[in-house]
Amino acid sequence: MIKLEPRGQHSKLMAWLSPILAGVLTLISGAILFALLGQDPIEALHTLLILPVADLYGISELFVKAAPILLCAIGLSVVFKAKVWNIGAEGQLLMGGLIGSACALQLIDAEGFWVLPIVLLSGMLGGALWAALAAWLKTHFNANEILTTIMLNYIALNLLIWAVHGPLKDPEGFNFPESAMFSDSALLPTLVEGTRVHYGMLFALLALVAIWVLLSRSFLGFQIKVLGLDARAARLAGFREKRLTWIALLISGALAGLAGVGEVTGPLGQLVPQISPGYGYAAIIVAFLGRLQPFGILLAGLLMALIYMGGEMAQINLGLPIALTGLFQGMLLFYLLACDVLINFRIRIPALAKPVADTIAIQEEAAR
Amino acid sequence: MDIDLLSNILYAMVRTGTPLLLVALGELVCEKSGVLNLGQEGMLLMGAVVGFVAALLSGSLMLGFLLAILAGVAMSLLFGLIALGFSANQVATGLALTIFGTGLSAFIGSEFVGKPIDGLDPIALPLLSEIPLIGKMLFAQDPVVYLSFALFIAVYWFFRSSRPGLVVKAVGENPHAANAIGLPVMRTRYLAVMFGGAMAGLAGGYLSIAYTPLWVENMSAGRGWIALALVVFASWKVERVLLGAWLFGLASILHLVFQGLGFSISSNLLAILPYAATILVLVLLSRNQIRARLLAPISLGKPFHASS
Repeated sequence: MIKLEPRGQHSKLMAWLSPILAGVLTLISGAILFALLGQDPIEALHTLLILPVADLYGISELFVKAAPILLCAIGLSVVFKAKVWNIGAEGQLLMGGLIGSACALQLIDAEGFWVLPIVLLSGMLGGALWAALAAWLKTHFNANEILTTIMLNYIALNLLIWAVHGPLKDPEGFNFPESAMFSDSALLPTLVEGTRVHYGMLFALLALVAIWVLLSRSFLGFQIKVLGLDARAARLAGFREKRLTWIALLISGALAGLAGVGEVTGPLGQLVPQISPGYGYAAIIVAFLGRLQPFGILLAGLLMALIYMGGEMAQINLGLPIALTGLFQGMLLFYLLACDVLINFRIRIPALAKPVADTIAIQEEAAR
Repeated sequence: MDIDLLSNILYAMVRTGTPLLLVALGELVCEKSGVLNLGQEGMLLMGAVVGFVAALLSGSLMLGFLLAILAGVAMSLLFGLIALGFSANQVATGLALTIFGTGLSAFIGSEFVGKPIDGLDPIALPLLSEIPLIGKMLFAQDPVVYLSFALFIAVYWFFRSSRPGLVVKAVGENPHAANAIGLPVMRTRYLAVMFGGAMAGLAGGYLSIAYTPLWVENMSAGRGWIALALVVFASWKVERVLLGAWLFGLASILHLVFQGLGFSISSNLLAILPYAATILVLVLLSRNQIRARLLAPISLGKPFHASS
């Protein structure tokens, strides 16, 4: 039998090894899965993880996909540090896209440098507003934020679908559930000529640095971390729990909103029903996988973007269902949680440990 | 509104509320034992896809339901292994179960989307189903709805008058005391989690084999989460779970009611209703912090280690 034995303290090494171990286990499981499906495991993994980024265009697309995931995940790292379980990045992203689009469509005839900032800000506001609802429900009514944010996700999705079928539908769009194309002044410029990499990636990197400063170098960040580690200690120290909850949720909502408005003004250029293939949920995995640390999140976010692209590649090249992406994401998170056990516990196999203990006893005996 | 329409609305209310009732009953037992399993949505989807594929390929609805239940149990064991066996954070593990279940079910079901099967037929009980207004609602349903009535009574009796029910409650309130007097804490929790999985699996099977009947990716549309809120709404009391599930059933079919009354509101906006209602009941029930804490099982969500 295998036994788990408390380590007595967190293992820093395991905390960083665990995501890597989880990745390896996911790869092994993936290879087994591919073999069971009658695919060559090596070729399939190659298609999934190498082929999408085998050329420069692929690498640029990786950044396009990573931008919204990273923005959501960085925001989540703040709320999760405060142990506020915001599962609503998806809804906040959708609201950012929706409000940003509504704004861009209002300004469709406007020209000038000021159009884009207003559109982006309105998107951030949309996301922050959606998170503010959850903050209000939590601080004022004590409603569980996991359930409220998930419900708000479904509400946001239905609002978005309603909007593209109704008020925001392109009047000249042959009744397709899509908005009109935004004007050029409302579009995010690309960072690199000839690719689709847009300013969203730059925003993500800036947010990464800003959140790092907030969490590691500011008193506010310190308060947020204390609240998450020990809410009673935070209260005793006079930190205002509700205010911190509000701030953390607003930051996370605004960043998710930016991710959403970045999608509609960036690669999409219009509002469509499918802004996000679950970026907000994937960001939860990214935040955990990246250990809520900026650099970890960057790596995990790129990996997650790669899995999205790999899923598409596997669909085209191998005829596998696109749902492969979700399956790999789920496996990754599960293995991570299982491996995280090793942070606080070590594995003991009593059958093996006994002889060692006996030997020590004998040695001690002999020493006497 | 004439009585026929009302009778039909009540009938649809119970039908729509059934998956919620099943999942919420399962989660209630699970939470009573002190385990918070947020993976209901994932188990529901796995039950739905496995049940549907099995029923489609074998032609046997019975086998479909059986495998749906087994799929739910298998998923719950995965949760149990990590959350109970490894004492991992139950919130994170439940979320992972949902994300995993969503992905895996979409993967399994990708070739079966939109394929039709002959769903489960209702069985109208003679005479009883003729009762005006409630006859159709209670006695002209399909077998799984009748089963949900039976399961409701069983769970009610379980907590009210049975010794194992007491054990579950003891383990959920104070696992250390329960352990000290020799009650099997871990075994009880595993069994409670498995019961929750079986119920969610059955509910999933009901969705894809009887209610719709077809498989669509993500077809549970948040029902697993709504059921979790229902348990809070019910203040962990069995009889209120039934009431809540049917009320939510009603909220989900309000578009029928509105059509019956002659209103025209966008169906996309009406689709928001059950989710908004969920938030509303959470607000109403959690507003009083002390009361909310008194009602929940005291050790809910806390891992248990016999040694500590």
